[in-house]
Order: sequence, then C-alpha cells, then structure tokens
Amino acid sequence: MSHFEQEGDSHYADTAPGYERFDEHEPAEAFVSYLVGLGLATLLTIVSFFISGTTLVWGPSIPVALVVLAIAQMGVHLVFFLNITTGPDNVNNVMALAFGVLIVFLVIVGSLWIMAHLNHNMVPMDQIMQMQR
Amino acid sequence: MSAFEAAAGRGDLNHVGYDRESRDRRYPADELVSKRIIVGYGFWIFLLSDIVMFSAFFATYAVLVGATAGGPSGRELFNLRNVGIETACLLLSSFTCGLASIGAWAHRGCWFYSAMAATCILGAAFLFIEVHEFVGMVARGAGPTRSAFLSAFFTLVGCHGLHVTAGLLWLLTMMAQVFAKGFRADILRRVLCFGLFWHTLDIIWVAIFTVVYLMGVGQ
Repeated sequence: MSHFEQEGDSHYADTAPGYERFDEHEPAEAFVSYLVGLGLATLLTIVSFFISGTTLVWGPSIPVALVVLAIAQMGVHLVFFLNITTGPDNVNNVMALAFGVLIVFLVIVGSLWIMAHLNHNMVPMDQIMQMQR
Repeated sequence: MSAFEAAAGRGDLNHVGYDRESRDRRYPADELVSKRIIVGYGFWIFLLSDIVMFSAFFATYAVLVGATAGGPSGRELFNLRNVGIETACLLLSSFTCGLASIGAWAHRGCWFYSAMAATCILGAAFLFIEVHEFVGMVARGAGPTRSAFLSAFFTLVGCHGLHVTAGLLWLLTMMAQVFAKGFRADILRRVLCFGLFWHTLDIIWVAIFTVVYLMGVGQ
C-alpha cells in the first residue's frame, strides 16, 4: 500500500484505507488487462464491420450476429475496462448492473412490441382518408 | 503492500463464503467501506441511469427507423468508412484513458499527462468527424426536420456526441486539477469517475455503431 499513499493525505482522515482495487493489482498487471481488453474489442469490432457487408452468410442472420457481437463487446468493455467482475467486493456493482440491464430490456423490447402491435392494428392511411370524405 | 493485506486482499477473491474476520481487518470499525469504493459505486449508479436514458432514445430510433417520409434512408446517408475511423478513435481513447488511470494510481505525472493528452486528441478527432458528418447531412437536405427517422437519428447520435463533448471538458479539467493540486486522494477519486464515464461512452458507441450504422446500411 505504501507507495500509493502520499504524505499530503494525512489531513484527509476519512480516506484512510482506500485504493482497494489498486492494492490488488500492480500497474503492470492492470496494463496487461487493458491491453487484452483492447485486443478483444478490436477483434469483435472488425468482425462486426466485416460481417455487416459480407454475402458469405445467410442474409437474415446478419442482424442477429451483429447484436450478439455487440453484446459480447459490451461484456469485454465491462470486464476489462470498467473492472466489473464477479469478485465478492463487486456484488453491489453487479446487482446495480443487473437492474439497469432489466430496465433497458423492458424499455426497448416493450416499446418495439407495443408499437409493432399498434401498427398492425391501425387502419391503413388511404382508408382513413376515404372515411373522412 | 503489507503482508496481511496481501493475504486478505488476494486470498479474499478465492473464498467461497463470507469471511467476516478478513473483512473486519480490511475495513476498520470506524469506517465500513473506503470512500473510494462509495464514490465509485455512486457514480456507477449514475452511469446506469444514463444508460437507461439512452435506452429510451434507442427504442425511439428503432420504432421510427422506417418512417423516412419519402426522404433518404440510412443506406443512402451513412458512410461506413467514417464510422470505422470514429470507432477506432473512441476505442483507442478508451485504452489510453485506462493508461491514464494507471498513471494516476502510480503517481507517475508524465505517464498520466501524456495518456490524458492522447485521450483528448482521439476524442476530439471523433467529435470532428461526427460534426463533419452532421454538417454534410444537413447540407444535403437531410437535417433533423426532414423525417421522423432523421429526428430520432440526430437525437440519439447527437446526445452521445454531447456526452463526448462534456467528457472532453471534464478531461481537461482533470489535467488542470492534477497539475494544480497533485495526486491527492480526492483528485484521484475524480480521475476514477472520469475513467468510468469515458469507458461507458464507448459502450454506448458500440450499441450505436451496431444498431444505427451497421444495421442501417445492411437493411
């Protein structure tokens, strides 16, 4: 811990134990973690861009593949860049993330579902025009 | 790093159950959790609320993507080469931002400043390309007033651009604060929050380039 602390900190008594995450990781270890994250994210991005323009795979499967790749890349960012892990000191972070993902899922899927049904049940525009005559 | 911390901190991760004794040693009785963890957690909650806000914009965009009102669709407007460059800028800036936070923990001034400067340049390059794209679209008569699709597009991508702008201002503020006040504990907590913010912007950009650009061109 010693070399992360500064003499100037002594009057900030409220921060005493501090630097939990970084005590466990030496700078070189953290650097390797960021490097691995960058490599994986680059790979997933390149695959996404490649697959969006290719004719090698069956057309309708492309959007699904893109969504899967995007979710995988978000996972890489969370683990390697934001340091959200499954360790015991990370339970609160993971619970908050799970709640956030639930809300995001409800908002997006709910909106698309409801609007698709409304579209389906709506009288076509030309019939509305005729009714108004 | 002291010996017991190495034992408690390292070993803790491998414990299956809840180890009361090691927890008490890590957090003394008068202070349950370090301020750094509380600040990081609070900011993480804010970021999740920001992501929820973006999800509403994404839902709007997904509903309105077909409502082009006879105007241009994404296929005619988007240039994937530019989007690729933007993505590379933001991804690299996320990496250099990570390097800057390592420099800040290790109290290495020159490392911190150069990584922050690289982050700033990459972020500004991203923003420049995006503004250039927006100006080009408006000049072609495809501004936000043209169709519901374009309104949703400019709201979603523009909102992300505004976040990046705010992030750049915050970045410059952090460089100035470290320069003026040094690597003090409270300044390091702000650097931590900035890092979380910047990485989250990159996560949102992953969703944008997939849903808006790649699917928009491929549809």
